[in-house]
Amino acid sequence: MKKSILIGCFFVVMTFVSCAQKSDNTLKTPEETTISAELIVNDLQIPWGMVFLPDGSMLITEKSGEIIHFKDGEKINLSNVPAVYNRGQGGLLDIELHPNYEENGWIYLSYSSEEGTDKGGHTAISRAKLDGNTLTNLEVLYKAGPNTTKGQHFGSRLEFDDDGFLYFSIGERGERDVNPQDKTRDGGKIYRINDDGSIPQDNPFVNETGAKGAIYTYGNRNPQGMLKHPETGAIWIHEHGPRGGDEINIIKKGANYGWPVITYGINYSGTPITDKTEMEGMEQPIHYWVPSIAPSGMTFITSDVYPDWKGDLLVGSLSFQYLERLELEGEKVTYREKLLENIGRVRNVRQGPDGYIYVAVEGKGIYKLVPKA
Amino acid sequence: MKAVLVVFAIVVTGIFLGLQQDRSFQESKERGAVIYQDFCVTCHLPTGEGVPEVYPPLANSDYLLTNKTASIRGIKFGQRGPMVVNGKTYDNTMMPLGLEDEEIADVMNFILTSWGNATDTLVTAEEVAAVGPR
Repeated sequence: MKKSILIGCFFVVMTFVSCAQKSDNTLKTPEETTISAELIVNDLQIPWGMVFLPDGSMLITEKSGEIIHFKDGEKINLSNVPAVYNRGQGGLLDIELHPNYEENGWIYLSYSSEEGTDKGGHTAISRAKLDGNTLTNLEVLYKAGPNTTKGQHFGSRLEFDDDGFLYFSIGERGERDVNPQDKTRDGGKIYRINDDGSIPQDNPFVNETGAKGAIYTYGNRNPQGMLKHPETGAIWIHEHGPRGGDEINIIKKGANYGWPVITYGINYSGTPITDKTEMEGMEQPIHYWVPSIAPSGMTFITSDVYPDWKGDLLVGSLSFQYLERLELEGEKVTYREKLLENIGRVRNVRQGPDGYIYVAVEGKGIYKLVPKA
Repeated sequence: MKAVLVVFAIVVTGIFLGLQQDRSFQESKERGAVIYQDFCVTCHLPTGEGVPEVYPPLANSDYLLTNKTASIRGIKFGQRGPMVVNGKTYDNTMMPLGLEDEEIADVMNFILTSWGNATDTLVTAEEVAAVGPR
């Protein structure tokens, strides 16, 4: 009897050891909060993307298809916004400024679009300029295809790197066995294009027959967080796993991130997708979440507003409705903490030009995190 | 004799229509199951239990089973603000999903007959079309 208990304990311990990531990765909840969240933009539905203009005002995308210019406490809806395919997880998604926005005025958008001949929609990347409260000079830079009426996994986040390349993510559109591992098809990829939509000649698959030249990495599932590391300049993403298996990945040219061949997650129904979590030729995440937190939005804290948190990574959680703070040593997560518990579905998080952190919460609005005196 | 034939014809027609109804109900539920996997499962979960305090359950949900029209309206136009399901208050936002009327009917027929839920009245696309915003 005792022996069987011991053996049982041994297996439990071994299971923990074998499943554990390299460092202590349990989520801590701090006993006292050192910040307060001030609601600065209220009455938003699904504030998917946000970006700060040089004058300190803010452009906010609503998934339903509006762009709100928030200036001096007032909300103005922009006109001439491209039509979006508002179905399931699709709609107006991310917004980003050109690194030289002050000279050229280009604003970049990602959204689901019905453009094309097939029924349904797929992710589109466009750029436009702002004239007063109207978008002008709209150019579609990339439109994924074929359209589908599936409601899932459009991605999408936008980010420029230090060389001026534009990266964006497109999710696998609910076709995990068809899209992510096939470089001739859109979806389940990270893409890299020039700022005018042309394809860089040194992209990894430009010379591969049939492959889409804009593809930079593949085997991704549905990345809804992307940003440039403030020091290394590398592009970091996170992506939704299925049930379990959300990941943080660092983007490497031409790499395969393994979905759905390897994953730390299982089907929503509880059945396995694969028994493999790693494989030769496929990248390992630097961090994964089991259970899934449903990550959306991510930012590094680089300002001095929160001295203890400088250099940390913040990630929004949709399903568990909090903001996660991750401490890092290089590419290793060493500590994780829950902030803003039960605040609502956190869709996006960004550091503003004033150094403060802004958090977009579905059904509520945008909060500014202010350190308590 | 004529009367017998008429009765016979009526009975046969009745059975035929009944079977037709059953079949279209069955097909609608099957289409609804696909819609559910695509649009609903991430929040309401595979067995409709939802997430405590966040996403209300669909399985054995008094709200769903007794407020059919309001449930259709919620799927069609979105759901916002407090609602009471099985005695518990949920205060969250579900955006409209962009489904067509027939798809809403299908997914309603699926959730109304899954996980212990039961109904014998089929939701039709016409019924969904007739539901307007609050």
